[in-house]
Amino acid sequence: MSNHEILEEVIHTPVRLHILSVKVENKPGVLMRITGLFTRRGFNIYSLSVAPSEHNARFSRVTIVVDAESAPLEQIVGQLNKLVNVVEISDISPKDAVERELLIATVPTHVDARTPLADIIAEANAAIIDVDASAVTIMLAGTPQACDSLERRLEEFPNVELYRTGRVALPRLGTPA
Amino acid sequence: MQLTGAQALIKSLEQAGVDVMFGYPGGAILPTYDALIQSSIRHVLVRHEQGGGHMAEGYALSSGKPGVLMITSGPGATNAITPIADAYLDSVPLVVITGQVSTSVMGTDAFQEAPIIGITAGIVKHSFLVQSADEIPRVVAAAFYIATTGRPGPVVIDFPKNVSLENMEWYWPETVEELDLPGYHPTVPLDEEAVAAAAELIRQSERPVLYVGGGTIKSDASKELLAFAESTGMPVVTTLQARGAFPDSHRQHLGMPGMHGTYTAVTAIQKSDLLISLGARFDDRVTGRVSSFAPHAKIIHIDIDPVEFNKIKHADVAIQSGVVEGINALRGTGAKPKDLSAWWEQLNAWREEFPLMYEEQQPGAALRPQMVIEAINASSPAGTIVATDVGQHQMFASQFWKFEEPRTWLSSGGAGTMGFGLPAAIGAKVAKPDTTVWAIVGDGGVVMTIQELLAAAAAKANVKVCILNNQFLGMVYQWQQLVYDGRLSHVQLESPDFVKIAEGMHCVGLKATTVEEMYEAIKLANEINDKPVVIDFRTDSSENVWPMVHAGASNDDIIVHPTQRGN
Repeated sequence: MSNHEILEEVIHTPVRLHILSVKVENKPGVLMRITGLFTRRGFNIYSLSVAPSEHNARFSRVTIVVDAESAPLEQIVGQLNKLVNVVEISDISPKDAVERELLIATVPTHVDARTPLADIIAEANAAIIDVDASAVTIMLAGTPQACDSLERRLEEFPNVELYRTGRVALPRLGTPA
Repeated sequence: MQLTGAQALIKSLEQAGVDVMFGYPGGAILPTYDALIQSSIRHVLVRHEQGGGHMAEGYALSSGKPGVLMITSGPGATNAITPIADAYLDSVPLVVITGQVSTSVMGTDAFQEAPIIGITAGIVKHSFLVQSADEIPRVVAAAFYIATTGRPGPVVIDFPKNVSLENMEWYWPETVEELDLPGYHPTVPLDEEAVAAAAELIRQSERPVLYVGGGTIKSDASKELLAFAESTGMPVVTTLQARGAFPDSHRQHLGMPGMHGTYTAVTAIQKSDLLISLGARFDDRVTGRVSSFAPHAKIIHIDIDPVEFNKIKHADVAIQSGVVEGINALRGTGAKPKDLSAWWEQLNAWREEFPLMYEEQQPGAALRPQMVIEAINASSPAGTIVATDVGQHQMFASQFWKFEEPRTWLSSGGAGTMGFGLPAAIGAKVAKPDTTVWAIVGDGGVVMTIQELLAAAAAKANVKVCILNNQFLGMVYQWQQLVYDGRLSHVQLESPDFVKIAEGMHCVGLKATTVEEMYEAIKLANEINDKPVVIDFRTDSSENVWPMVHAGASNDDIIVHPTQRGN
């Protein structure tokens, strides 16, 4: 399987991937405690993003996409809950989540591609955020699937430099907690 | 009142109720040691930080109070990693204060700098890096609160030198709210539905077993356990961490389960239809091969730590509570199992057929280690505390010492730490100076922390040390014989002169090679109470620990003593 196929399978197997939205105290070392716990207990992190959360600098929100095949979700959530700096964990199954991810990529422009880059950008609803004589940098804030799709379409361009942030997620409105 | 950070730390320890601490000074913690001079806290000067950590554990395990260790940065702190890990695996409440280099040079590879918060992250219940002197009372109070509530465990306070020199305005947090721990909720309300479901499982059971773990001792639930066991008539097994939680002399006690448990305890679990786990964690040394562990049993799992539920074995009913509350809730339902007379008939038949045993001492032969343990046990007052390392001597002690009271057995279970026994015994003697304390250790493990004899003599912690000296790493030798077809690899130990070592460290040293010398040495040791006593018992290296379930094997394949095996 190519990386993309693996990605596809992982993303679209809802029982396998879970999104944990973890509210943590904004204390030094808290990220180390979380990642250290995952390493020590043999849990796999698929992606992880951290940022200060809504109200003040006292708390941060860590969005962890975990591979629940690597360990029972109950263990992963339970062990995370034991970290004193972890205040609250919402376990969101992908089907009950609204998820977004940011993709940025620098793509060379002097390439004879099957589909013109401009069309790809337009179809993906991506935006150009930087330009020079030989390349453009584009961005897309979208669903993980939209980011996957754009990433795949950029494959035919050589020397693409591409980064993704990993997902952030919140429960879909109207979903029982 | 203005205090320096160092003064605030010591005052906070006093406020937290600390009257004894173990420690070793050094550069980064010097200001705090300076402040300690004015304190009422008794400080026991250890001779190595590992020893100090195990002393703090022995103090905590024997007294029920948190153990405190204070050490310096860098190598001082890294030397304490083993006891911190040991305390984590056996849920021992510890507060470890490590000096740290000043915050301005942290991260520069400064002299005696080690990133102790990072190093210990996977083996602590929590840790704090103190960033300003104002935080000190809150951090210390929070550390003791976290270490001692819920499932106990070690907490590290990393204390940079410059913070210890800052000034602060003294305060003391009087309430839990002031500790500012929004993510820490050690207890939850009892789940009444789960209790009702558990009661129903008890009513349906015909072959129940009370599987008693270390949490029963940590939560001081022995009284409740005795009442529950007697009112329901259920048999009891006590794990290595729970020895003493239920009297060995009680007729409902089947002994220890697990790899070297009694045949009856192991087999009772295998044949049971209901297992009530009280603060136990289904450790691999108890379960053997998990897929064939207690295959017919429904499981009621009572634990303060919900992560233990379904971690190894599926719990049919999980009750998140301390063991006292859990037992009281079950007793409150009045649920009793069905008629257990057939079950007891079976259990008694197994007990009759497969008791713990060893072969009789032959004249002129090396001492049987089990006999030495029984002889010490017989000559010791009730309530005597026993501490061990890990290995054959530990299993012999667990099997052949008769434990009647909780907190009289201190043993490194989860981590299996060689070098634990002697310092743990010293810590227990510091906690309970009027109680007889024996370290029962092997000739391998004792050498790992033997320098603490100096600390014991200096602190007048007059422990008695029984070295079961077979000149081998006994348990490794046993495995190499049984599992590695007798190929011996680096397992033979050349004994030092333990008598001279003891005397050189201001203790009394004795040696016993015959039965007569054994009784004489034990008698002498019991008469000497003004110095630590070390006895070098020369024991039989061919003696193995039975019964045995091989690692990863099913408990159904328990191997009994050679003389008990049929055709």
